[in-house]
Amino acid sequence: MHIVVCIKQVPDSTQVKIDPVTNTLMRQGVPSIINPYDIFAIEEALRIKDKFGAKITAISMGPPQAKDALKKAVSLGIDEAVLLSDRAFAGADTLATSYCLACGIKALNKENPVDLVICGKQTVDGDTAQVGPGIAVRLGFSQLTYIEKIEKIDFERKEIFVYRHAEKGKQYLKSRLPAVITVLDGINELRYAPLPELFRAARYQVKAWDKKLIEIDENLCGMKGSPTAVKRVFAPTPRQRGEMVSFNERNPEETARALTEKLLINKNG
Amino acid sequence: MKDKFDCIVVGAGPAGISAALTLVRAGLKTVVIERGEYPGTKNVMGGILYTRPLEELIPEFWKEAPLERHIIEQRVMLVSKDASTSFSYKSKQLDEPPYNSYSIMRATFDRWFASKAESAGAIIINETLVESLIVENDKVIGVRTGRADGELYADLVIDAEGVNSILARDLGLHPEIPEHNVALAVKEILALPREVIEARFNLKAEQGTAIELVGDISAGMMGIGFIYTNKESLSLGIGCLISDLRKSGMQPYDLLDRFKEHPMIQPLIEGAQTKEYSAHLIPEGGYRAIPPLCADGFLVAGDAAGLVNSVHREGSNLAITSGRLAAQTVIEAKKKNDFTCRALSLYKKLLDQSFVMKDLKKYRNFPAIMEKNKHFFTTYPSLLSDSAYEMIKVDGVPKKTKQWKIIKNFIKGRSLWGLVKDGFNLLRAIG
Ligand SMILES: Cc1cc2nc3c(=O)[nH]c(=O)nc-3n(C[C@H](O)[C@H](O)[C@H](O)COP(=O)(O)OP(=O)(O)OC[C@H]3O[C@@H](n4cnc5c(N)ncnc54)[C@H](O)[C@@H]3O)c2cc1C
Ligand SMILES: Cc1cc2nc3c(=O)[nH]c(=O)nc-3n(C[C@H](O)[C@H](O)[C@H](O)COP(=O)(O)OP(=O)(O)OC[C@H]3O[C@@H](n4cnc5c(N)ncnc54)[C@H](O)[C@@H]3O)c2cc1C
Repeated sequence: MHIVVCIKQVPDSTQVKIDPVTNTLMRQGVPSIINPYDIFAIEEALRIKDKFGAKITAISMGPPQAKDALKKAVSLGIDEAVLLSDRAFAGADTLATSYCLACGIKALNKENPVDLVICGKQTVDGDTAQVGPGIAVRLGFSQLTYIEKIEKIDFERKEIFVYRHAEKGKQYLKSRLPAVITVLDGINELRYAPLPELFRAARYQVKAWDKKLIEIDENLCGMKGSPTAVKRVFAPTPRQRGEMVSFNERNPEETARALTEKLLINKNG
Repeated sequence: MKDKFDCIVVGAGPAGISAALTLVRAGLKTVVIERGEYPGTKNVMGGILYTRPLEELIPEFWKEAPLERHIIEQRVMLVSKDASTSFSYKSKQLDEPPYNSYSIMRATFDRWFASKAESAGAIIINETLVESLIVENDKVIGVRTGRADGELYADLVIDAEGVNSILARDLGLHPEIPEHNVALAVKEILALPREVIEARFNLKAEQGTAIELVGDISAGMMGIGFIYTNKESLSLGIGCLISDLRKSGMQPYDLLDRFKEHPMIQPLIEGAQTKEYSAHLIPEGGYRAIPPLCADGFLVAGDAAGLVNSVHREGSNLAITSGRLAAQTVIEAKKKNDFTCRALSLYKKLLDQSFVMKDLKKYRNFPAIMEKNKHFFTTYPSLLSDSAYEMIKVDGVPKKTKQWKIIKNFIKGRSLWGLVKDGFNLLRAIG
């Protein structure tokens, strides 16, 4: 059993500054952390390992300092950590990010077949929730998003049973392995790792893979491979709170009258 | 049994990191345990770092360390209710490299400092609290952390926990620190644009000012305020003895607000945004409050040993030097394979020979005298302001008459006997 967990290093604060000239993130001076949603992915992988026994590899695409996030993952109990880092990977949008990560996971798969990829629901900086599904499509794995609970995994039959949060209620799904799942926040609580894990992490050398070390088409990576460009980044003005008209069950006409009155006042200003 | 270390260092503050760096350079297997998320997260320091002690460990550290501004002016403000009298020393010498001191932000500085020890070979374990010592036959042989499988063993443990060290206390080296020997300092980081700071404090790029304040701001208690300039912020804080705070019933943040609203302070921080708020203890007992510095298999360094010079507001430099000397002692002990307190007494000897103990000894009477005599924090700053006002005011009264009036004011404010006594005490305190 081989589980891959995707983690992204993100700036700690939600108040990240944005360069007014280039419209890119100004990460200088902002401390970096593991994307908080990915912590749930890490713990979920550790729980599967506890139950069934598994090897867990954490993977991240990012600048060299993203090694810190991976080391941190190792201190939480992750077995191996790989950083995909190359100038050619920089400036990636979700499309190029998914492609690059998929290439990295394919390389891992060659060494040791991957049964399950776990992602966070979304990141706190990019916020798109597109990377998980993007990886699934490129790997040809089943895709299970917004998972609330992993009910059962049957490795013999290569099946996974999960509860998925859907717009209208809960879905109970069975899917085949290998699969990519993205987990919801709050599905578990991170453990306090035993001390030997911290020593292992302190001595651990994160593997760094650049474009030469994996099979990858440079033109589909980074800035080159990214059709989206952020035109402008701005703070949205908060939406005004809606006004409430309480519903009078005994007298619906009265409620309707009050409502129309409000609407007319608003329309006429 | 797990792998054993030559030395376990508890706490990744300046004392702990200096010790670790010295140890690994001598080839000793060293681990530092820090409870914070990373070194520096738990550290509150107004932030003046003195160059010399660190330079001894890392020559030309200023070329790579994250520093804010080098200090070219040291100002002392004696503050009354609505006035202040300042003494300032500013010099070209202080503006020539290598600089005497820098303002720093501990969160970034400590992390950098720790990374130096790490790349030299020390293992740094964060987010882990050392809960107790493992003692066998009266000898410290390791530590117990709050994690599963969390025992660690070593020939020696250096306690660099900072103020109020629980490990040294549990070992019986010192009792709970008495309230009159410890100050509570509250501090804010106030963000201001670089240009505004440089204009307000009359500085050029990279230059900085350090201001210490005494008087009305401590509301009658024994306490000192400070304002240090960083690149794009000010470190502003005030510390008062816990015993005084309790008697006054004042909350530390009330004190800080009062300080910030003072008419002589407010213009300096006008328009600034509070970025960070924190509180921390400072040991103020001085020389007489220093606990025994070792036990079998155990050494204490930095704030944990009460090594703070409260007269000159120095602490980090004493921490760095004591950490280094503790490590040197460990290296010697390791050579002789003798970890008894007797062998470790070398540490005390090295400290006595250094500026650390010499300075602390010089000011040994200061804490007690100042604590008993609040006039230095109340009456005198006011008398000084009144006198200055009297001399400066142009009102047709001859200066000689004014002088007499000032002298009479002093006697009225404090009685002739009181003045003589205070003068004598002041000499004794700083003698
Ligand atoms: C303000 C802002 C401006 C940006 N500007 C640009 C720009 O100008 N040009 C540009 O091309 N890109 C830009 N990006 C970057 C890019 O759009 C995304 O941040 C990136 O592609 C990942 O998408 P996401 O963060 O939305 O991840 P999501 O899809 O929300 O992430 C879902 C999950 O996928 C996994 N994951 C995501 N990213 C990684 C990763 N790098 N490594 C490992 N696992 C990962 C994690 O498990 C995560 O929980 C910008 C981002 C932001 C926030
Ligand atoms: C507001 C304020 C302003 C100051 N200004 C100055 C100044 O301008 N110049 C100056 O030189 N000094 C100043 N000082 C004093 C200076 O901060 C200290 O003297 C110095 O930090 C002492 O270093 P240390 O390494 O002994 O302890 P600390 O810096 O306190 O470090 C101790 C470390 O140990 C960790 N720790 C504690 N207990 C445990 C445990 N059980 N397990 C694991 N980890 C633990 C803590 O998290 C911390 O990181 C100031 C202090 C304060 C509070």
